[in-house]
Order: sequence, then structure tokens, then C-alpha cells
Amino acid sequence: MSIKLEHLSHQYAQNSASSFYAIEDINLTIEKGEFIGLIGHTGSGKSTLIQHLNGLLKGTEGSYFFDGEDVYAEGYNMKKLRSKVGMSFQYPEHQLFEVTVLKDVCFGPMNMGLSEEEAIIESKKALEAVGLAEKYYDKSPFELSGGQKRRVAIAGVLAMNPEYFILDEPTAGLDPVGRDRILDLIYNLYKERNMTIVLVSHSMEDVARYANRILVMNKGHLMFDDKPVEVFRHKKELERMGLSAPETSYVMEELQKRGLSVNQDAITMEQACDSILEALKEGKRL
Amino acid sequence: MMRDITIGQYYRADSPIHRLDPRVKIAGTFIYMVSLFFQKSILTYILAILTLVIVVKTSKVPFSFMVRGLKPIMFILLFSVLINMFFVPGEIVAKFWIFKITKEGMIQAGFMGVRLIILILGASLLTLTTTPNQLTDGLEKMFGCLKKIKIPVHEIAMMMSIALRFIPILTEETDKIMKAQMARGADLDSGNLIQKIKSMIPILVPLFVAAIRRANDLAMAMESKCYNGSDGRTKMKPLIYTKADKGAYLMEAAFLAVMIVLSVVSHKAGLSF
Amino acid sequence: MNIIKVKDLVFLYRKKDENGNITQEIRAVDGVDMEVEKGSFIAILGHNGSGKSSLAKHINGILFPTEGHVKVNEMDTRDESKIWHIRQIAGMVFQNPDNQIIGSIVEEDVAFGPENLGVPTDEIWERVDRCLKAVNMEAFRESSPNKLSGGQKQRVAIAGIMAMEPECIVLDEPTAMLDPRGRQDVIDTIHELNEKKGITILLITHNMDEVIGADKVFVMDQGKVVMSGKPREIFTRVEEIKSYGLEIPHATELAYRLRQKGVNLPKDILTREELVEAICQLN
Repeated sequence: MSIKLEHLSHQYAQNSASSFYAIEDINLTIEKGEFIGLIGHTGSGKSTLIQHLNGLLKGTEGSYFFDGEDVYAEGYNMKKLRSKVGMSFQYPEHQLFEVTVLKDVCFGPMNMGLSEEEAIIESKKALEAVGLAEKYYDKSPFELSGGQKRRVAIAGVLAMNPEYFILDEPTAGLDPVGRDRILDLIYNLYKERNMTIVLVSHSMEDVARYANRILVMNKGHLMFDDKPVEVFRHKKELERMGLSAPETSYVMEELQKRGLSVNQDAITMEQACDSILEALKEGKRL
Repeated sequence: MMRDITIGQYYRADSPIHRLDPRVKIAGTFIYMVSLFFQKSILTYILAILTLVIVVKTSKVPFSFMVRGLKPIMFILLFSVLINMFFVPGEIVAKFWIFKITKEGMIQAGFMGVRLIILILGASLLTLTTTPNQLTDGLEKMFGCLKKIKIPVHEIAMMMSIALRFIPILTEETDKIMKAQMARGADLDSGNLIQKIKSMIPILVPLFVAAIRRANDLAMAMESKCYNGSDGRTKMKPLIYTKADKGAYLMEAAFLAVMIVLSVVSHKAGLSF
Repeated sequence: MNIIKVKDLVFLYRKKDENGNITQEIRAVDGVDMEVEKGSFIAILGHNGSGKSSLAKHINGILFPTEGHVKVNEMDTRDESKIWHIRQIAGMVFQNPDNQIIGSIVEEDVAFGPENLGVPTDEIWERVDRCLKAVNMEAFRESSPNKLSGGQKQRVAIAGIMAMEPECIVLDEPTAMLDPRGRQDVIDTIHELNEKKGITILLITHNMDEVIGADKVFVMDQGKVVMSGKPREIFTRVEEIKSYGLEIPHATELAYRLRQKGVNLPKDILTREELVEAICQLN
């Protein structure tokens, strides 16, 4: 059970003078049960890449196997692929259209061929999972706050019961409280519903905190594909790509330079805190 | 497909044609189009084609680029050529089933095709060498006199230029909305007409909501930048005629005069058809 | 001298149903007093819906007070004869870079403001040159705004306000839709304008790292100003800040956590350098 890309490329404006590769020769396997962080500067090709995973874009070269089946073969059921690989886009405003929240969430499952009753059951489950209270079900999605809209949008994909869930910058523009709620919600889907997550984010802190594998895109190429600790050791390379390591790892680097032997692989606040405490105790400075 | 349409596109280059006042170009295009319709002789066709070639060369817009713009209208072109070929009465050259091809029809169709092609090339040259803003500026100034009869010329021009600016933004937004709904299993391609129209609702609602929000934001931004209609407004690029513009006007007038004279002469000499 | 004076400002936002009956009254701004010194860099913090945006829109006369008053250079925003002057003095940059760019070429967009003010053509050109240079966008002056990145568009928007020669610029979450690089470019640009040109800046944000360099911070919650002071003072009150749904700068947070574990660190750490220095000073 996996997503498998082999030598996948996508060339825009083929056969014209302005053609270019948005992604080039991507080899990637995503197994079930992973939490993947996808990072890259704007224009690095990460949006193009994720749109291939649920078949919104078709590679111009290379192949894509989902659960061992060739997605680009004649007669492959794209609808089924899209129900298994759910995807939520950056702006919830791009998908909300129905009169009520509940009806909007039903759109996905009904497209999958569920009856209205079944769709309502699935949608209520999804809305519960994103933590939206029942009193909102009959409200217009346009009346909700930014964070609530985003949760409805996520529920709209969740109600199709995907096995893989790709989220494109789900926290952009939210305030700290709204952001933490969304991230906790995503982490819960991963932990409790065993969903495979691909989180696209600009925040190194968020990726460091949640992901167990990080993909780094740059100029259409997959530059790194490794555990977070390994990826964030490449500070200089990341900076050259317009990215960075989490703030914490810079603090650790500085402390090391000043002679305090702290764990250079601490990438989250908790790890940094523990490591500094330990180093201070060892050096009898506490 | 959309990429092939060159009508309405701007081709950036530094040429005498690009530098002309938009009013000169609008007037020139108008004169050229009108003159194409009243003329009917080989001489005037030659003059019209020659003029077009010279102007295109001066404008530095590649011919291949302009010809690409003809692709989307190929169908209309063929259609009108064929209509002419089959339905003009005269000396029959070939005949099958109910169709007759006449000699007059073939000549007519040939000239019709040429006329349409140079007409479209001539018109597209206007937008290729004039930015949308210059175009609206030009129109605003040319029709400025209509303000006296309470037609809000400035406001219409402002609306046109804002619409032009937002077309690419809304096109991109439509694409994103379609993808977001397709990710939720929306089927946009299959089904009969009614189903297809129904399937557009999930696209149109977010698009309208977004467009209205943008319009609101934009109105607020314009207000906060002290926009208050055309009263007391100055221009960064005011339209002032240069010597070149005046020269171009003279050339346009000369072109029109020669076209008229040639038409009359050819008619008398029996060169027209 | 104070360029902006806000006194007892209340703004009621009324929600109406289809029949035009008022269903709900929200006190978006609820009794705010605020004075802003000329040439200073002010940050207004608050979570979404705290009223910070409504407050900002009062300053250049897009919204008008339900109660109390707002004065810019001693001119009341409710005085209709002064409104255009007020909008020229206090320019405003909005969140969505696409929805505030009017011109279809960068330089023409920057010229939009001065054109509205009736500035003579020669001077418009001078101003456009100067302002595009000030935001480092002169290389793009003939580009279409659609070809620019979010951060670049936002800098064009700032140049467009600069061209009106304001004394004060209000920026309403200018970085919310940008990526980290664009965000940094915009923040650097407004700091430069503040330092080099002496323009008063009011930056509205919920990103703490953007606040560190400000002269003074106001924290808003439920339409009220609940905290105010220098960033260093504000961020020592960690629990209080968090109770308003905000966070503190990264280094401050790490120092706070270490302090809780008994490490003796000063309370007013804001930056990475200060944190590293303080830890190394421990003996």
C-alpha cells in the first residue's frame, strides 16, 4: 500500500519557447502511516508535485503507481484515486459554495456515489473530527471565521475517508491559536485515525515538531528526503534554497560555538530545553 | 488554445509604432478597416497588403507571432470562404450533387479570405503595440466630449482598465477553484448539458464570492489613495501629440485618399469586380 | 509631537438580516485611547477578530467612530472637508497584495495616488523614481504586477503609498499572505522607511518576530487595548500575552521554559543573540 513516483517530470507549456520543468525526475515512495513535511521556497515545484499525487495533474514523463497500479494506464479510475488521496488547498474560500456547512461537507462523499443519508453520516463524523460544534452545521459557511472555514474545508475532504491526506499550507494567515488548533487536528488524524499526512508548510518549526520525514523541493528537484534531524543538519544548503532550519537549531549551534556541549540535533523547543538543562548541569553551571 | 489568441495581447518592443499616441493608432485602425470594406479592386488590395507589411515591419512584432493569432478564427475564415465559393452565381466550373462552384465564386472567396486575414492582422496590431492602459486612456480622451452629455467616460475607462488587470487574476483563481472541487470528486466533463451546467455551480459560487471580495478590497484601497473620480486628477503619462503623431495622422489621411482614388479609377478601368 | 490621537474610540459593527433588521451589535473597537508620536514605529498586536483591523481603518478615515474621535495631525477624521488631506497624510497598506494594485504596470500603479492628488506630471515621475528606489523595486518598474511575487507586490503597494508623501503609513497585516522571504523583505523595507525617511509606522500583525524592532507595542483583545509598552516590557509578561491568544518570540519562549526549570535567566530576552549570551554568562 503506497504512493510511488518513478522519474516523474512535469513540463509546462510543452512544445513552446517558454516551456519549463516545474518538477523534474522525481523518485518518491510514500508508505502508509507516515507524517511527511514538504518544504520549499515559493516556485520550488512543491504545489505541482502534490497535485500529481491525487491526479489533478498528469506527469508529462515518468510514472505513478498507487497501491501497485499504474495511475497513467488507460481507464484508471481517477475518481477513486481522489477519494483515497484527499487534498485540501490553501484557501478554504476556493471550495466553500453550499448554503449550509453540512451540505458543503456532503459534496465530496456524494460525488463518490454515496446516498444523501450516508453522506450526512460521514459528514457529521468529519465535522466532529475537526471539532466544529453542531450549532454551526446549518449556518452558511461564509459566515464563519477564517479558522472555522478552514476546518470546514478540511472536513469536506475528510468526509470522503481518504487514506492519504495532503494539506497545502493549512495554517497560512491564521493567528497562533487558530494555527495550533489546525495542527493539533492534523496530528490527531495521523495518531488516532492512522491517516498518512503530507503537510506543506513554510514553518520549519511546525514541520520539525510533527513530521517524521521531510521532503525538500528546490527548482523542481527533490533535494532532500530524510528524517527531520538529518535534513536540518544541512543548514547552509537550506539557506541557499531560501529556506532555513528551525530557530532552535541556530540557538544550539551558537551555544556549541561558545563552548557549551549541547545536542546539535535538537530541532524542537522541548528537545532544546532538555539539552540545554543537561549541558548546564554537566558543566555544574546550575 | 487560450494561449494562441493574440488579439488583445500586448507585444513588448520599442518601435515607432509602439511609441505612437494611442489615439493615432485607434484612428488608423478604424480608417484601415473602413477602407477595406468599400474597396473592391486588385490595386487597392495590393496597397492595403503593402501598407500592412510596412507597418508590421516597423512595429517589430514578428509575423509568425501575428499569424498564430489567426489559428483560433480559422473556422470562421474557412466558413465564409466556402459560403462565397458555393453560393455566388456565375460561370460553373465544377458541380457535384447540389453544389456548384463558379468562377466568380472562387474569385470572390479568394478576395474575401484575404480581406478577412488582413482585417484581423490589422486589428490585432493595435492591441499588440498598445498597452491596455494606453488603449483606455486613448478611448477616454477621444470620447471625452461625451462627458458633456453626462456619459461617465472617465469611470467607464477606469472600469475597463481594472477589468483588464483582473482578468489574469480571476483566470488563475478559477483554475484553483476547479482543482479544489475536482479534489472533492467533482465531475466537470461528463453528463448532459443540464448536468454540466449544474456542475458549474460549485465553481461559480466561490468565484463570485472571491470577485466581490476583491472588488470590495479594491474600492477601499482606491478610496484610501484619495481616488475621487476624474476631477482634479493629473496623469503620469498624459496624451500629448508629438511631431511623429501628426505625421502619422497625415499618412493615415493620405492612405485613405489613395484608396478612394484607386477605387474610383479601377472601377472606371474595369479592374474591380 | 503626536501625529495620531485616538480618544474613547468605540466602533459598533451591526449585522443585519435580509430585511435590514439589526440582529447583532458587535463592539469591534471598545473604548480605545492611543497616542502615536511622530516618527515612531508602533506595532498593534492581537488575534484575528480582536479589533486591530477596525482600529487601523479609522486612522485613514475608511471607518468612522461611533463614539469618541480620531485625530490625525489635529484634524478630526469626521470633518468631511479634511478627509482627503487625512488620507494623504496617513496612507494605508492592506493584507492582500493583489487587491490593492490598480495599475497594470508597476510604475503606473505607483503613480495612481499622486495622480489622484493632482500632482503635476513631472513631479509624478520624480516621485515614482524615488519611491520605487526606496523599496528596491526600480528594476521592475515596467513589469506587470501579476508577474511579481507576493512580497514584491506588497513593496509596490508600499511605494504607491510613499508616492503620496504621507507622514504616517498604517499597514494592516501586510505579511499574512507572504512566504518567509517576502515577509522579511517587507519588514526590512518598512523599518528602513521609518529610520531613513522618518515616516511614522503603524504595523498591525499577529507575528511576534515582526514586533521586536518596534518602539512601542499595543496589544488588543475584544476591542480593547489590554497591554501597551516597549516590546521588552510586554514580552516579559509571558502568561498574560498567551492568555490573549498570542505567542512570544522564539528566544523569549525558550528562555521562559528554561526559567521555569530553574535556570536563572533574565526576563527580558528577545533575540537569539541575547539568549545565547545570557546562557553563557551563567556561572
